[in-house]
Amino acid sequence: MIEEIFRAEYGRAVSVLTRVLGDIDLAEEAVQDAFTTAAEQWPVKGVPPAPAGWIITTARNRAIDRLRRETKGHEKHVQAALLQHEPDEEVGDVPDDRLRLIFTCCHPSLALQAQVALTLKLLGGLTTAEIARAFLVPEPTMAQRIVRAKGKIRAARIPYRVPRDADLPGRLKAVLAVVYLIFNEGYLDRESLEAEAIRLGRVLAGLMPDEPEVWGLLALMLLVASRRRARLRDGEIVLLEHQDRSEWDAGLIAEGQDIVRRCLRWNQPGPYQIQAAINAVHSDPPTDWHQVVALYDQLMAITPSPVVALHRAVAVAEVEGPEKALHEVDALELDRYHLFHAVRADLLTRLGRDPVAALEAALERAEHPAERDLLRKRLGLAAADQQDHADEHDQHDHDPQPGGNATGLR
Amino acid sequence: MTQKYLLSIYQPDGEVPPPEVLDPIMENLGKLNEEMQTSGAWVFAVGLHPPSTATVLRAKDDDVLMTDGPFVEGKEHIGGFTVIQAADLDEALEWGRRLATVLSPLSIEVRPIAF
Repeated sequence: MIEEIFRAEYGRAVSVLTRVLGDIDLAEEAVQDAFTTAAEQWPVKGVPPAPAGWIITTARNRAIDRLRRETKGHEKHVQAALLQHEPDEEVGDVPDDRLRLIFTCCHPSLALQAQVALTLKLLGGLTTAEIARAFLVPEPTMAQRIVRAKGKIRAARIPYRVPRDADLPGRLKAVLAVVYLIFNEGYLDRESLEAEAIRLGRVLAGLMPDEPEVWGLLALMLLVASRRRARLRDGEIVLLEHQDRSEWDAGLIAEGQDIVRRCLRWNQPGPYQIQAAINAVHSDPPTDWHQVVALYDQLMAITPSPVVALHRAVAVAEVEGPEKALHEVDALELDRYHLFHAVRADLLTRLGRDPVAALEAALERAEHPAERDLLRKRLGLAAADQQDHADEHDQHDHDPQPGGNATGLR
Repeated sequence: MTQKYLLSIYQPDGEVPPPEVLDPIMENLGKLNEEMQTSGAWVFAVGLHPPSTATVLRAKDDDVLMTDGPFVEGKEHIGGFTVIQAADLDEALEWGRRLATVLSPLSIEVRPIAF
């Protein structure tokens, strides 16, 4: 019970207390104190009727106690005195507080890694140890990263404020990128990060209901997450076309598709909305590949990049055939990207050509164990395939196109 | 309550650009400084002689050692700096952005002053 409330309310409480106290560290200490008190009292006295408000009020009182106790310094006494006289209403949740905190955490003067860590720590309520585990770095490294970032916020006075309208689009893009990065880190095997990113996405959508891209990102995450259970089988990646659809989460799909429809009515397309729309098409099999190509055309027009072009080429293969797609893929400068080679391997296979070199190149560049396993399996099949051809030019009963289209389709 | 920031101008070692390049830059820099002064942000600004004119001192035992040249030999050096006061980092970065634009392609480092 306390744990649930902690996860749900930690960010809200820290953001309110940061406004009241003017300092993130003091706010965090106060909120942690309040939850410690809750853990002692609630099991005995029962959970208060408004737990979130209780946490915030208790945290504020604890902060005043702490300031009085810990320092005889004049300035902090004044601060405590001010707090005491502040009318209670202002301690309540101002909806903008969490927004302010998000924009502080994702300030462009902070390194991206620091932005991610701060967002998870302050808004997600994850511990430093949890964040370190999620990003596969030693805990002291993560602790240092967080301390350093908070030190910069304080010393350089990174403002605790929602950016003015002129700066908002650029700053919002940075916030969305952080949330999407958290989501992608969790995509294959760290489910808690995926869930946390969706939770942050919902918070953002609640706080900025008039920003279509915020909804676009939420829809994209919901639709990708809806296939989580079907995506891995015994630790192995199952590509979209081979997934067991009964394992797709119908609730998440319905919610994601509903948001996509709302975005369409808005008619202010952006990269997240378009990617969400592409995933919405995939969620409604059989995939309408013409529509997917059209959406990728739109995405290329807004955010042209070789990676987008690669994904587009996969759809082109379905509409215009592998020859045309291979032609487009070969024009891309993506040698360092494992999916580039994986897509080439698939297209070569479908054209009856030898995919082994391309698969080896993909394997050399792939990092995730599940992705490497998939590539190794395809490599084995491709080698056997070549062997079969050499031996007897026989028909075989396994899938003649092992792996199907090994793209980012998930 | 304002915070002071140091805006350091990093420039490559070597020849300074010819007058036809430098003059319009200096003119724009003058205008920006004036604007900083009018707005109340400007505290202090200097341009420095090249690093080859520097002398480094370091106390050792009872003596102070003296070395000719800058403390660090690098490809870039601080060519000058401006101290401003601003309400927060966003405001300081906005002035830094203006300075970087005027002095393009030089880099500007914005750093809060502790005391």
